[in-house]
Amino acid sequence: MIVRILSGERELFHVLIRPYEKTLFFVAFSLLRNAEDAEDAVQEAVMKAYKALPRFRSESKFSTWLASIVLNEARGRLRHDRIVTFESVDASPDPDEDFAPAVIADWREVPSQSLERKEVREMIQQAIAALPAIYREVFILRDVQDLSISETAATLGIADGLVKVRLLRARLMMQKCLAPKLQTGRGGMFGFLRKGVGASWF
Amino acid sequence: MVLNCKHVWREISNYIEGTVDPGMREAIETHLAHCRHCAAVLDSTRNILVLVADDRTFELPIGFSDRLHTKLSEVISAIPPGG
Repeated sequence: MIVRILSGERELFHVLIRPYEKTLFFVAFSLLRNAEDAEDAVQEAVMKAYKALPRFRSESKFSTWLASIVLNEARGRLRHDRIVTFESVDASPDPDEDFAPAVIADWREVPSQSLERKEVREMIQQAIAALPAIYREVFILRDVQDLSISETAATLGIADGLVKVRLLRARLMMQKCLAPKLQTGRGGMFGFLRKGVGASWF
Repeated sequence: MVLNCKHVWREISNYIEGTVDPGMREAIETHLAHCRHCAAVLDSTRNILVLVADDRTFELPIGFSDRLHTKLSEVISAIPPGG
């Protein structure tokens, strides 16, 4: 399709990018944490990708190339707005702290139907937003957008091993934040939802 | 190979990915069979990942795609790729 676009069928660029729109948005959102800024970044990046299309090399995946452009655009906006704070890359004052999940006695599954509740969706979104940027990036690409480890690594320009390290920490941070709120029991999300109207799936 | 809880936590992400070697997998599963806390950590982490990946958790802003393609049409009609 890229060859056809470069040969003059420009309108096909719409078709080319359509499958990746959601991923692109969340790549930008993972850094900017604001929907309006993320949308602006995606628009700008897609225009840049169109203009740069002759320079795309087929040895890389188009989706990865495109996501990288969005990521660079988002990073550029962060630098420009001085929003970013420099965060420790892979070390923390207490490395074990990153590996400590919320230790709970048992787990009762939270069904996907619970996502019909705005409170549950917001709780998850806030937990992701609270992750340090380097963990949020890998978590969104791998666990929200379902890119493979290798695709996540290629998009971020880092090694597969580093993705795995960051993913472990991100997942345990998410568990530590959310499990106590979602778990069955007094004061947990189940207790809260049981009192609510329409919580019949519990 | 005998693992304690911290060892299991350090491998839990790779275990979910299915990328631990058979020896480690067996050691983790032996530990999980006897440690309800680590079993709950694994179950809760998996459950949270299922919720996170659900399309309902994150939705695109309404009109996002339309606005993107409208702007793209303007550029496409004005200049060729590389232009």
